[in-house]
Amino acid sequence: MAKVIHYYAHPGHRFSHTNKAMWDASQPVEGVTRVDLYAEYPRHNVNIDREQRRLIDHDVVLFQFPVFWYSAPSLLKEWIDLTLEHGFAYGKDGDKLCGKWMMLAVTAAGPQDAYSEGGYQHFPLRTFLTPFEQTARLCKMRFAAPYVFYDALRADPAAHAQGFADLLSGLRDDRIDLDKAEAEGCLYHDSIASVSRRPEGSPAQ
Amino acid sequence: MTDFLVLAFVFLAAGVVAVPIASRLGLGSVLGYLIAGVAISPILAALQVDVVAIQHFAEFGVVMMLFLVGLELEPKMLWQMRHRLLGLGGLQVGVTTALVMGVAMVFGLSWSVALACGLVLALSSTAIVLQTLNEKGLMKSDGGQASFSVLLFQDIAVIPMLALIPLLALPELADVGGHVVAGHGAESVAEAAHGETHGEDHGGGHGMNINLVENLPAWQAALATIAAIAGVIMGGAYLTTPVFRFVEMANLRELFVATALLFVIGIALLMTLVGLSPALGTFLAGVVLANSEYRHELESDIDPFRGLLLGLFFMTVGAAVNFGLLFGSFGTFLGLTLGLMAIKSAVLFGLARIFKLKGGDKYLFGLGLAQAGEFGFVLLSFTVANNVLPPVVADQLLLVVALSMMLTPLLFIFHEKVILPRMAGETEQEPDEIDETGQIIIAGHGRFGGVVNRMMRAAGYSTTVLDHSSVQLERLRRFGVKVFFGDATRPDLLHAAGLREARLLVVAIDQRDAATELVRHVRHEHPKLGIVARAVDRHHVYELYAAGATHIVRDTFDSAVRAGRSAYEELGMHAFDAEMLAQAFVDDDKATLLTLASVYDPKIPAYENEEYLEKLKEVASQRDDILSGNGKAFHVRTDRGWTPPSREDLDAEQEADKT
Repeated sequence: MAKVIHYYAHPGHRFSHTNKAMWDASQPVEGVTRVDLYAEYPRHNVNIDREQRRLIDHDVVLFQFPVFWYSAPSLLKEWIDLTLEHGFAYGKDGDKLCGKWMMLAVTAAGPQDAYSEGGYQHFPLRTFLTPFEQTARLCKMRFAAPYVFYDALRADPAAHAQGFADLLSGLRDDRIDLDKAEAEGCLYHDSIASVSRRPEGSPAQ
Repeated sequence: MTDFLVLAFVFLAAGVVAVPIASRLGLGSVLGYLIAGVAISPILAALQVDVVAIQHFAEFGVVMMLFLVGLELEPKMLWQMRHRLLGLGGLQVGVTTALVMGVAMVFGLSWSVALACGLVLALSSTAIVLQTLNEKGLMKSDGGQASFSVLLFQDIAVIPMLALIPLLALPELADVGGHVVAGHGAESVAEAAHGETHGEDHGGGHGMNINLVENLPAWQAALATIAAIAGVIMGGAYLTTPVFRFVEMANLRELFVATALLFVIGIALLMTLVGLSPALGTFLAGVVLANSEYRHELESDIDPFRGLLLGLFFMTVGAAVNFGLLFGSFGTFLGLTLGLMAIKSAVLFGLARIFKLKGGDKYLFGLGLAQAGEFGFVLLSFTVANNVLPPVVADQLLLVVALSMMLTPLLFIFHEKVILPRMAGETEQEPDEIDETGQIIIAGHGRFGGVVNRMMRAAGYSTTVLDHSSVQLERLRRFGVKVFFGDATRPDLLHAAGLREARLLVVAIDQRDAATELVRHVRHEHPKLGIVARAVDRHHVYELYAAGATHIVRDTFDSAVRAGRSAYEELGMHAFDAEMLAQAFVDDDKATLLTLASVYDPKIPAYENEEYLEKLKEVASQRDDILSGNGKAFHVRTDRGWTPPSREDLDAEQEADKT
């Protein structure tokens, strides 16, 4: 059993389709710590001690957010700036997160083909997520492939939301092979199975 | 009655005319008063006014000044000053006396006369020097502190001098002394001094001037003296608060003034009764009260009296100059005066070197104390009465003392205009130690001012709190907060609390109009001071804005907004949405406030201001829309931040992208 913490950051939660569906789908998953950052810190006054304690207490840190202007909503950035202190997350004696996993669950408004050299976003989505990847690396954390949903304003989020719930319970029960997940580019609701360990005792396909 | 009115009118008019002109010309108030005194001296002579009698009365200003100085000086600071007090002061008095005595003997005076001259001339003028130092803001400088040490020592030294002088009596003067006084008394103002001598107390000249201890054996006298000093200290420490609490019940402004005067006069009287210097006694009482919550109240009550009496004193010094005698042998007197000042200066510069005063401070000390002082007048009349000095010598010395006092303001001007500019480079290398950082004055310490005070202190700022409720203050003092009793709406009290050096004023008093008046007054006096003011409602905001407050905070608005936000959350709204909505509400309200402020006229009540009412209706209907949920006025602003583009827009964009 891995201890999973699910951070959610969306300032426009009430207008959201996909992220709201994901957040709702996450609720029934037991044994996972859930934090709605905008509800907990509506005035951006992040409690550093509390957040560091939370990080220490968990093995897998999952951030769910919509990609805004190639980055995270501002409160999550604030959270990162404040919580990942020198001497805690990095630098001298900054080894408290060593060996833990970071994973992102992001939604992008543009369709998948926009995130390529010919598309209007020009770069693959992973390129925009490199700041998070490097953040994990500097903190001696491992960075699993992000769970991604494109065209989030138009596509039906139901399957993606259900996949997200499966992902969470899979992480909790160590059914997700994170070493495999680390090697992937992006994960989608239909590719979670490819990084899952076969349930013990079940027959090989 | 008419006599009194004429006299009062002459002195007041002279002061009112001369001092502003002198200040404008950069000469300082002391020189202004002195010149005013010289100017009215013919009138006073024509009216046959006993100037010296007035001068003795006005000397009480010095007593009050020392009381105020004491209030500024905590016992701890006085203790820290002890080396300078004894070292600087003792050497100054001792060496100057010896040198003046030597010179006098060279001029052929007998040793006892010469010694008396030395003692008289060694003293400097507390009145002029402290007044000028305060006026120029030099009191806290190193030179100012050294000067103060010397002056304080001199005030103490007067007591043994008064004991010593009768021992120097010349037997040959004993027979003629009384005769001379009678003969000259009415003719010249300077000689009139002799009619006012302390010495005549023995003959019963003054019914009021009683000395309780003089007929007692020495040990009893000493005991009485110690008891009196202990009484002042104990009374100051333990009686002030109950007495002021008692007076507070009447809730009358003038009763506080009366109480403050009663304190000072009572102490002065007690000191006189046991044969001590009243100035010293009140100084001691001031030091004892320096930590009291009533310090600023006492300060602001006594200060006008001190100012008026000192002004009167300086004018009498100017008026008492015997011009007949002076112009009779002008060169001699000028030479004597300059010679005296040179000797005193030389001693002071020597001491400055020993006590390591630097730069501008050295010159301030060396030049500032070079005059003889008002205690010189007292000692002179005393010496004549005790047959120590021949009246002829005393007359001449009186003139020298007065002249040296009149030259002092010129020396201060010289120091300021010539020495300081040259020292500028030197002092830059050694910046003055800053004793006190800029203060934050919090007027009113109720629930509102209390929070502000706690926040200031939490951030490490030092605050001065004024409140007129002693119950409130009592509670605070238990928490170790520095609080002072007094009505914060009184400008004089604010000044006593250090408004001039303050960096911020927080107006947190309950009374709405008093708060506005306070802001208006302070803004007028201090155009650059930051003023944070508490408003009770919307109209008060406009009034405070017009009065010149920098920041205006409605006392219940922010908390009401927070309550509204909590209500949103309780109704199930997402905390971030509640926050955004609350912020939008605040912005909207602020915009309304500004709209209405533009048509608000403090001269017309709001309900009679047509334009204001019109605007109010307009704004109110908008607000009703919001409240009834119809309006989008501030929903638009909150929604647009995170609203994604619509599906139709997205489809259209994609179409456009393809073509």
